[in-house]
Amino acid sequence: MSQRRVVVTGLGATTPLGGDVDSTWKAILAGQSGVRLLTEDWRELLPVHFAARVATEPADQMERVEIRRLDRSEQFALVASREAWKDAGSPDDIDKERLGVVIASGIGGVITLLDQFVNLNEKGARGVSPHTVPMLMPNGPAANVGLELKAKAGVHTPVSACASGAEAVGYAYEMIKNNRADIVVSGGVEAAIHQLPMAGFAAMKALSTRNDDPARASRPYDLDRDGFVLGEGGGVLVLEEYEHAKARGAKIYCEIGGQGLSSDGYHIAAPDPDGSGVQRAIKFALANSGLSTKDIVHLNAHATSTPAGDVAEANALRKALGADADHVAVSATKSMTGHLLGGAGAIESVFIVKALQDRLAPPTINIENLDPAVTVDVVRDTPRQLPSGDIAALNDSFGFGGHNVVLVFKSL
Amino acid sequence: MALSQADVLAGIKEIVEEVAGIPAASIELDKNFTDDLEVDSLSMVEVVVACEERFGVKIPDEKVTDLATVGDAVNFIVNAAA
Repeated sequence: MSQRRVVVTGLGATTPLGGDVDSTWKAILAGQSGVRLLTEDWRELLPVHFAARVATEPADQMERVEIRRLDRSEQFALVASREAWKDAGSPDDIDKERLGVVIASGIGGVITLLDQFVNLNEKGARGVSPHTVPMLMPNGPAANVGLELKAKAGVHTPVSACASGAEAVGYAYEMIKNNRADIVVSGGVEAAIHQLPMAGFAAMKALSTRNDDPARASRPYDLDRDGFVLGEGGGVLVLEEYEHAKARGAKIYCEIGGQGLSSDGYHIAAPDPDGSGVQRAIKFALANSGLSTKDIVHLNAHATSTPAGDVAEANALRKALGADADHVAVSATKSMTGHLLGGAGAIESVFIVKALQDRLAPPTINIENLDPAVTVDVVRDTPRQLPSGDIAALNDSFGFGGHNVVLVFKSL
Repeated sequence: MALSQADVLAGIKEIVEEVAGIPAASIELDKNFTDDLEVDSLSMVEVVVACEERFGVKIPDEKVTDLATVGDAVNFIVNAAA
């Protein structure tokens, strides 16, 4: 059997910048921020008073009864998957045993868990919703999408903190490559804007506390960055075997060339300053794709706006790409979306697909003074034109625990 | 407190619409929760708990399986409240 190739045939998203891919991408190219002050009273409990909530509430995009039975993370997954499936041409006549779903979440239905604990304390066991467990389980987003599409090739949920979304896309790629499926709906979601997870991140000193200027708080690579901004939402990509997509006349965005995975074995939360794990993941990804550093023109960085993380990543990129880093336009879109945790690698994959399509690398906003320790070519303020012809781009994602995932996207 | 059959039916209609998204107009005494209204087992638990709160009655778990139709539920609640 000849090598199976994997292409992207559908995109969906709900993000702090828009309720779908088009509105989100337009806002990204315009350099808008999705970060806003929280309106809830509980913000006063915390040192951080802002976050990046989705631009469109799922309640405006779904039936009321669905909302009631689904955790917010599951709602995001269905909203983004419905858009992506429609964008792929709604290939409902596929053999369902050849249809898979891989949708990740970093921390699952944490809002449901915490709300139901309040119910238990206030009303007793009878007050706990019978939907609690299906709503809080981290595989809930994938399971609900799988049910809706009647997917029978396998429904999976990789969990690797902030690398989860990228790992899901990579897992989906492998499913098609290894002939387990012909179409896989893949992505990542997160819904964790709640006082408890935020207090936990704040206790780690991981969050920006720029309360007087939320829209400028997420500032990857800026000298005065002081932590990440929590975001919510998700992204979904429909991956499909190339010949399958061609045979049904699907719109093909680009190809997934391959992926590279590694782990640091260094620290539960801090990045390895040496960055050897990230370098290995990039090396594996390029080898897996049959590409070299010369072919890469764009990279959507993990760059969360933390003091240590951004520089460690940039150093690793410089070491892995060498002199070829000079022709890689590096974009940190978390400057606009905030950090979607388990959704990050997925929406950033969506952005790469759009970047290859439009030949535009998105901007990185809020860099007033570029940190001189950052030795990669960062796209600042406005989008940058990418070359014509055959090009390739990388998405790197890292998670607490030392997970490194690098995905390769190629124009087709 | 005695409850009329009409009051209980009206209350159950509201609850089932809220919990399961079934239009109140289609909810009648002879409708089967599972077969006609497609209220699944998880949503049935919600309906029962909501009925207990609303009508101030206890519906033991072992009785729930006997409540096949809306009418069964109405009669149980009317009797329990009597």
